[in-house]
Amino acid sequence: MDLTTLTFIVVAITFAIYIGIAVWARAATTGEYYVAGKGVNPIANGAATAADWMSAASFISMAGLIAFMGYDASVYLMGWTGGYVLLALLLAPYLRKFGKFTVPEFIGDRFYSRTARIIAVVCLIVISLTYVIGQMKGVGVAFSRFLETSYTTGLFAGMAVVFIYAVLGGMKGITYTQIAQYVVLIFAYTVPAIFIAVQLTGNPLPQLGLGSTLSPDTGSGGVYLLTKLNQILVDLGFNQYTAQKGSTLNIFLLTASLMIGTAGLPHVIVRFFTVPRVRDARKSAGWALVFIAILYTTAPAVGAMSFFNLFNTVQPGAIGAEEGSLAYDNRPQWFRNWERTGLLEWQDKNNDGRIQYYNDKNAAFAQKANEQYGWQGNELVKVDRDIMVLANPEIAKLPDWVIALVVAGGLAAALSTAAGLLMAIASAVSHDLVKGVFNPKIGEKGELLAARLAMAGAILVAGYLGLNPPGFAAQVVALAFGLAASSLFPVLMLGIFNKKMNRAGAIAGMLAGLTSTLVYIFWYKGWLFIPDTNMLPDTPDYWLFGIGPQSFGAVGAVINVIVAYVVYKVTTPAPEEIQHFVENIRVPRAGGTPAQ
Amino acid sequence: MSAPQGTQGAANAYWREHLKLLFTLLVIWFVVSFVLGIFLAPALNAIEIAGYPLGFWIAQQGSIFVFIALIFVYVARMNVLDRKYDVHED
Repeated sequence: MDLTTLTFIVVAITFAIYIGIAVWARAATTGEYYVAGKGVNPIANGAATAADWMSAASFISMAGLIAFMGYDASVYLMGWTGGYVLLALLLAPYLRKFGKFTVPEFIGDRFYSRTARIIAVVCLIVISLTYVIGQMKGVGVAFSRFLETSYTTGLFAGMAVVFIYAVLGGMKGITYTQIAQYVVLIFAYTVPAIFIAVQLTGNPLPQLGLGSTLSPDTGSGGVYLLTKLNQILVDLGFNQYTAQKGSTLNIFLLTASLMIGTAGLPHVIVRFFTVPRVRDARKSAGWALVFIAILYTTAPAVGAMSFFNLFNTVQPGAIGAEEGSLAYDNRPQWFRNWERTGLLEWQDKNNDGRIQYYNDKNAAFAQKANEQYGWQGNELVKVDRDIMVLANPEIAKLPDWVIALVVAGGLAAALSTAAGLLMAIASAVSHDLVKGVFNPKIGEKGELLAARLAMAGAILVAGYLGLNPPGFAAQVVALAFGLAASSLFPVLMLGIFNKKMNRAGAIAGMLAGLTSTLVYIFWYKGWLFIPDTNMLPDTPDYWLFGIGPQSFGAVGAVINVIVAYVVYKVTTPAPEEIQHFVENIRVPRAGGTPAQ
Repeated sequence: MSAPQGTQGAANAYWREHLKLLFTLLVIWFVVSFVLGIFLAPALNAIEIAGYPLGFWIAQQGSIFVFIALIFVYVARMNVLDRKYDVHED
């Protein structure tokens, strides 16, 4: 059986499972539709949260990011996991105690303000829509690259599956499919990683393999993998893999922004509304991080090992010696396969028929390479970071079913995240806008119908954006995390930890955090991301105190908190009944009434 | 619905103890990720343990394990605290 057929079968089986779950987990009430009837087991919710959270980018791109950035990619590893500590300690339990359906609903109730609720809805929709574009693209790309369908067909197939389980089952359907998707994606990620770790280091645990010595058949037996990698990189004019390269302040702020942003993402927060009790919400956050960590601690090993494999392939011998560089005609099959996709590109700059991959931006090394070795520039002109995960099974010569599994895993990661985001958008529209603002008298049945229609609409919008991705799609991750960090997280936290914080403070804080972050991002990336409208070039030399636009969310959060406090100090504190409301959400079972 | 003085006092004590726990855990969270994983990482990289430069290991592996431990310590301590103040569920 050829690879495409096999991949098709594996993907079809997983899709059939998702649809089967959808039919089983139909939602009959708004409670089931919005928060899965608050009946999800905390460990199961942990797995669903992990799938919800880990996107196509985590699955496909992160290991490549780590490979090319080395230590500096720690910002993503710590930023995207450390946020769960904030979520578990500062938000999840109290929001679960609140016990309603959406994040804007909490903000509206806590700050007794429809305006605050609407601002929160706007932030939520911007964050979730920008985020969902990347997932839809991921689905289309996976289909077109591996199943020989067109991008559009792939996108429609993905949309159809999400449509079935999200419209039918709402949060209930999404939760149980996400659990299945977690199993598929984690299996697909760890199996190739284990194979590679065994091949390179003899250690089956990638987390330990990363710190192990290389096995003899790599040509560098007995040397530590990281030591060897550092040495190769330095010898080719790059920086050490394990050393810090960026500015410390920027690394600090980027990590903080990603952490705070993670904790403030509505589609993640709302997952903790689905468990039965407050104590389950706490526990569930812990399990979510365990499930996430299985992938996140494997990724550094995948990054380092596949990077080592790449160098070991193109630079099999001594640097500078003619035979040291791989002859182009002898390149392995996976190299040829990925050249065809355009993700890997070679240009013979010095016409010697051999591949030279080195850092020609390092002036001193480039000059030395030119004078002593006759190299005319880096010849691997394109190495897309995504191939670090996608080509892994081929590089490690794994059987075809592993490759098919990786495709199904990437699709599972993209679909599970897309469904979670669409759910957040749909409930904000039907619950916060339709029921909360436009038609408060709408009944249970009417709202359930509105929720299904909103979901269908959200899928269509996301599909449209996936087909016509705006040019700025790659930039918007900074926007999503920046907005979550600077607008939603601080106001949620203040609402819980300062019981007198009032409406005026919250609204002023949200707007200040939001505006400052948007302006800072647009200043370097262009107004509304329109090319050439940026005020300053987006390079470290021009950044204010060396703070990159992606790193500004944490600063925006601080601005939010300061403005909120100043405004709250000069206005009337929150009314008595709101203060009681806050006291009530702070304890799992308050005032002698058992929690529901 | 004004709660009796005793209940209010207990609720305040519960919240104070809770905040103390939060503070301790968040200090550890900050020290591990930002101090050890970022500010001191270059210095810690001079120490090598089992093939890992220490700063690099903390930033790419160790910190994540500590985050997990922090949440489960929080879960356990809160379950005890909830019972102590009789605000636990079921």
